[in-house]
Amino acid sequence: MTFIAKPKVAHPSLPRNALGFTRRDYEGALSTLCAGCGHDSITAAIVEACWGLSLEPQNLVKLSGIGCSSKTTAYFVSGGHGFNAVHGRMPSIATGANAANRRLSYIGVSGDGDTLSIGLGQFCHAIRRNLDMLYLIENNGVYGLTKGQFSASADIGTRAKKGETNLQPPIDPVLLALDLGATFVARSFSGDKRQLVPLIEAGLRHRGFALIDVLSPCVTFNDHEGSTKSYAYTREHYERTVLADFVPREREITVEYAAGETREVTLHDGSRIVLRKLETDYDPTDRAAAAAKVQQRMGEGEHLTGLIYLDASGERPEFHQVSGTPEEPINSLPYEALSPGSKGLAKILDRYR
Amino acid sequence: MATSRVNDFTIKIATVNGTGSASANTLLMKSIFRSGVPVMGKNFFPSNIQGLPTWYEIRVSRDGHVARSGKVEMMVALNPETYARDVREVASGGYLLYDCTWPRPALLSRSDITVLGVPLAQMCNEHFNGVRTRILMKNICYAGVLAALLSLDLERIRGLLAETYAKKPQLVESNMKAIQLGYEYARQHFACPLPISVEPMDRTAGHIMIDGNTAAALGCVFAGATVAAWYPITPSTSLMDAFKGFCERLRIDPETGARRFAFIQAEDELAAIGMVLGASWNGARSFTATSGPGISLMNEFLGLAYYAEVPAVVFDIQRVGPSTGMPTRTQQGDLMACAYASHGDTRHVCLYPANPEECFYMARDAFDLAERLQTPVLVLSDLDIGMNDWMCPDLEWDDAYRPDRGKVLGLDEILKLEKFQRYVDKDGDGIPYRTFPGVHPKAAYFTRGSGHTQFGTYTEDSADYQAVLDRLLRKWETIKQRVPRPLVDGAGGEIGIVSLGSGDSAIQEALAVLRGRGVAVDYLRVRAFPFGEEVERFLAAHRLLFVVEQNRDAQLRSLLTLETAVEKAKLRSLLHYSGLPVSSSFIVEGVLAEIERSAAHPRDIAHA
Repeated sequence: MTFIAKPKVAHPSLPRNALGFTRRDYEGALSTLCAGCGHDSITAAIVEACWGLSLEPQNLVKLSGIGCSSKTTAYFVSGGHGFNAVHGRMPSIATGANAANRRLSYIGVSGDGDTLSIGLGQFCHAIRRNLDMLYLIENNGVYGLTKGQFSASADIGTRAKKGETNLQPPIDPVLLALDLGATFVARSFSGDKRQLVPLIEAGLRHRGFALIDVLSPCVTFNDHEGSTKSYAYTREHYERTVLADFVPREREITVEYAAGETREVTLHDGSRIVLRKLETDYDPTDRAAAAAKVQQRMGEGEHLTGLIYLDASGERPEFHQVSGTPEEPINSLPYEALSPGSKGLAKILDRYR
Repeated sequence: MATSRVNDFTIKIATVNGTGSASANTLLMKSIFRSGVPVMGKNFFPSNIQGLPTWYEIRVSRDGHVARSGKVEMMVALNPETYARDVREVASGGYLLYDCTWPRPALLSRSDITVLGVPLAQMCNEHFNGVRTRILMKNICYAGVLAALLSLDLERIRGLLAETYAKKPQLVESNMKAIQLGYEYARQHFACPLPISVEPMDRTAGHIMIDGNTAAALGCVFAGATVAAWYPITPSTSLMDAFKGFCERLRIDPETGARRFAFIQAEDELAAIGMVLGASWNGARSFTATSGPGISLMNEFLGLAYYAEVPAVVFDIQRVGPSTGMPTRTQQGDLMACAYASHGDTRHVCLYPANPEECFYMARDAFDLAERLQTPVLVLSDLDIGMNDWMCPDLEWDDAYRPDRGKVLGLDEILKLEKFQRYVDKDGDGIPYRTFPGVHPKAAYFTRGSGHTQFGTYTEDSADYQAVLDRLLRKWETIKQRVPRPLVDGAGGEIGIVSLGSGDSAIQEALAVLRGRGVAVDYLRVRAFPFGEEVERFLAAHRLLFVVEQNRDAQLRSLLTLETAVEKAKLRSLLHYSGLPVSSSFIVEGVLAEIERSAAHPRDIAHA
């Protein structure tokens, strides 16, 4: 942990995005996490993705709960408002914030403790509401700030640093999200920036609830032998199934793909995701098959990663469509559009005489 | 009954819930109201859908007293299960009406009351078909009997039915038929009207009959609230239902059909308050309604809102605790829980409406205060105010009103700033400036419940932490100047009553009775927490103070002793916590007994 202020100087040769910003313009405060923490790599991927999307920094709203993961929202895009909620209750803050202004981009960063234990209910209900947000879990299977207790994502048989073996089955956020009807479900690894950055870009642009469960090893409490969420284990048992390339609306597809292995999906704003299947029999638009595949690989001790499921059809209404709210943000409606005035009141009172 | 009780009596109707008696009771009450006679209706209902005992009390008062009197002059006993206690409750000289299809000679055991038997079931069985219809009509039929006994206008009743069943006109006729059956029977068998009866007056003009939850919901609509999030809980649910109902009529964009409000049924109260904070933080006026158990669950977020200075409006429609308690009965049991909700050094602005009229205006004030002061505002109503129909003066609205959004910096102001500093006290009133997301990157800040500096950055530095906490105390002093002031009735006496909320109507009547007997009593009604100077002055100026409240543990008395300089020994509690609204006679008797006791033992007051 350091209290050194981070200098805000960008080298003139740094590349600039459509808004003229360099990557440095999307950074935040200096991280206070342990050296080598997977979460810092994810922070870097978020910075890269926001820069790549040419996002106006003030249009990104950063939300989090409590825990190591939840601290990270302070470490990127300092030009966007952040809300560090109470433990496990970031989704409700996100729901209210999104209700007030649907025009902004919402990114929630949570951990496996924050999401799968204390916040499990709110996580499920945000999915059920199909809240338009990117929900990112920095999943390390362990409670860091309280020093090494198992979390609900710990696999059976995984060993704690102090030697204890976990005997309870994990709650898998990917399976849960698939079951609850999420329209964008992905898993990735903090050490695979190439896979993670386009997923974050696509997740931010996806309309509706997008989940990315990112395996993010804890170097201090869960990086030893016997842990199924260590760097070594993850690298060894890590399987990419569908790679997603994100192509913003304004850009051409320049990469050439071999015929038959790709599939293009257009998002509501005209952006496209090019899905590259690494296994020919995998269909990322078949929810039941996706769930079956995840479950099968989990049983084999493997981490299936990639854009596991995507429904960009817009058939499942997102929160605002269900609520019937107007296109303009509700927080910008003029008072005159909200109050019936004294004449309106007189009419209302007549019903109570 | 020795003296005529025209326009001055209480009817209590004992039935079984789920049998349609609510319609009959509303019909009776409204027809009295429309006769120009002040009236009040209180519903004592079970936490159940069908089959348990339920009572409805109608107080008719030419003097405009709308509290329970504590006496029942006419009992309509239609629930055999509760006959025994219902008969006992009738005041001497009063009346008991019952269904004599099944004669109950035991009921006649009281020689000091008049028993009126009407074969309601028999008549309805003869004239209506179908089990459900017969049960429903039996309950409408007693309204007809009462119409004759009390001299209510049948045409007025027909008019009310026509309004109620505007979309189902055939029901007007069948209901009217049941009314007529009861009416005719009573006219033929009893001397109508009884000495307790209704004579038209002109004392309800300019008034409405409305419950506090509906009035509070209206206040939210007029205050410009756009995001409502809640989890269903009795007795607060009808507030949210009413808000939704009003918005569905008044807030639909005529061109697009879009709804200018977001109405979110949360997964629990933990989420409901989170949604309110998120919306409010993001610039929408947002609120929730709940009751005691919900307040318990919201505690953690309320602490964050206090510390991170996020506005929020929370209606607590109090019910009987502790725990689940009696969910359909009234109490003022959350005073302490709300004032200091959450861990650590937290305290919250509380408003205490006494009736639906105040629910309306305080709902509006709650939003203005929450945004001006950047803190949660809890409006503590209760089941009695929230769910019963009260007569109250017409609500008024000033079209010049515009929401007070408090210290929010817009784009122009942000551009002029060199740097935005979220928690710096620029004006010396303890209230900092805030910004909304999406306006400008320079205005971005990080909202957190963890230790923060006056610039909004994370800190574990003692001095930085304390600077923010001390500034919050300065804000608390500003808050004292801005919350609704107490109402004071009378001055200069030695004895005073201090109270808050729904006991007001009973206290008003008790004051009239006491003063009529030559006992001079002043009265202060607290309308907000924190208390201001006027409360201090009133407490200091009186030798003996009765604190009237509806809970067991004297929570208002505790708050007064904690937050003011009052000498504890001067405060005598009059506590009513049965779950029923406090009656005027309870207060009169309590005050007189204490005065008598202290006259016999004068040293007690000085040295208690």
